[in-house]
Amino acid sequence: MSKVRVLVGTRKGAFVLTSDGKREDWDVSGPHFAGWELYHLKGSPADPNRIYASQCSGWFGQVIQRSNDGGKTWEAPGGDIKPDPEAMKGTSNKFVYDTSPETGKPLTTHQFYDGKPHPWEFKRVWHLEPSLTDPDTVYAGIEDAALFRSTDGGTSWHELAGLRGHGTGPYWQPGAGGMCLHTIILDPSDPKRIYIAISAAGAFRTDDGGSTWKPINKGLYSQYIPEPTAEVGHCVHHVAMNPSRPGVLFMQKHWDVMRSDDAGDSWHEISGNLPTDFGFVIDVHAHEPETVYVVPIKSDGEHYPPDGKLRVYRSRTGGNEWEALTNGLPQSNCYVNVLRDAMAVDSLDSCGVYFGTTGGQVYASSNNGDSWAPIVRDLPGVLSVEVQTLS
Amino acid sequence: MIRVELPQHLRTLAKISGEVTLEVAGPVTQRSVLDALEARYPMLEGTIRDHVTRVRRPFLRFFACQEDLSHESPDALLPDAVASGAEPLLIIGAIAGG
Repeated sequence: MSKVRVLVGTRKGAFVLTSDGKREDWDVSGPHFAGWELYHLKGSPADPNRIYASQCSGWFGQVIQRSNDGGKTWEAPGGDIKPDPEAMKGTSNKFVYDTSPETGKPLTTHQFYDGKPHPWEFKRVWHLEPSLTDPDTVYAGIEDAALFRSTDGGTSWHELAGLRGHGTGPYWQPGAGGMCLHTIILDPSDPKRIYIAISAAGAFRTDDGGSTWKPINKGLYSQYIPEPTAEVGHCVHHVAMNPSRPGVLFMQKHWDVMRSDDAGDSWHEISGNLPTDFGFVIDVHAHEPETVYVVPIKSDGEHYPPDGKLRVYRSRTGGNEWEALTNGLPQSNCYVNVLRDAMAVDSLDSCGVYFGTTGGQVYASSNNGDSWAPIVRDLPGVLSVEVQTLS
Repeated sequence: MIRVELPQHLRTLAKISGEVTLEVAGPVTQRSVLDALEARYPMLEGTIRDHVTRVRRPFLRFFACQEDLSHESPDALLPDAVASGAEPLLIIGAIAGG
């Protein structure tokens, strides 16, 4: 029988929530890495027992963790004690920007909040994206924004420097949460095509496996930047794709919900009748590529739902026409946020939708969003939610 | 034999219970002790000092013999009591934030 495993990263540890295909009764495991911030956990599509986790702390910095048994036990790749000391490597948390003239460029600054040049400094890993085909290959989106790849199971990391060095890097600026590369989408139909998004630079695409990149922000309009239609500078919060239609992308921008039908070459707005088009998460139904989910948030100054009502909005028309999904969600006095990596869908026949809140709730719907129930109510603030559908 | 006490989170990360004891060849300095610590527990690399610059992470401090040694040169000799193993080198997380 099918099972689902929900991987939850929080401000004080990670939790693994498992259930059978009914998704009614849940087993809760955790906290793993208690006391640490877990920005993201994600399982390998090629080996569901292989899970990567980004663990970090203001005191001790970044740690990468890896599980080979579905989250029961964890190891820092290469960091375990081995009889042969030469086999030990403490590099799984070593993210060093590539500034070599051959592969990168000697690019040393981006813009800070005040527009002044600021050196690139590694702070943390926001997002881990395992390869679709190789459990030992995984991508990391980091702050300050750059894309790294490991081909040895997270033991060592190398920057895909063409992204930072493609030309616009010196003009990137941090969003309020930092200058983070938070979205990585691997195209299942083309192994050389990768989409990424950076707050606040915008979306970018490579068609050659990561050597060269181009901004894909045409059609975005951000009135809060000097040139609202600039090539870069847009505060993209998240991008989602249904694997069956890899050329169609949905974006939750700082303000505006957007859609592209040409692999990001152009975008058009689909906010339609949403009560507010500010928000962080966006995701697409596993089987209906025109069904999209967002959680509208009141504004960039008030990071909670409008009117204190937690509502997921669903469009079954690929945008513009949205319906509020409220059954089982608090409809009064609710002032939580749902952060950009905190929504996911499973691929069971009746699509499950999951999201976590800064108030520590993880809500699940086993019926496409028609009704919701909390799996857990009182975790630390949720930073990320991913789900694995297991056979 | 050099003794080192780590913060709880780093003991958990390195799967250490209690104090660490290390053999350090040559002069006993912050650098030589941390080199020996990281060689034995490679998962600690980058958590106490930066991977590249080898500078102490800002929210960690080094104490021994009731003295704050955080701002001493990493190549300065540690107190004799640490070098002899009579006293541990304490690596302490700042009491800050939550």
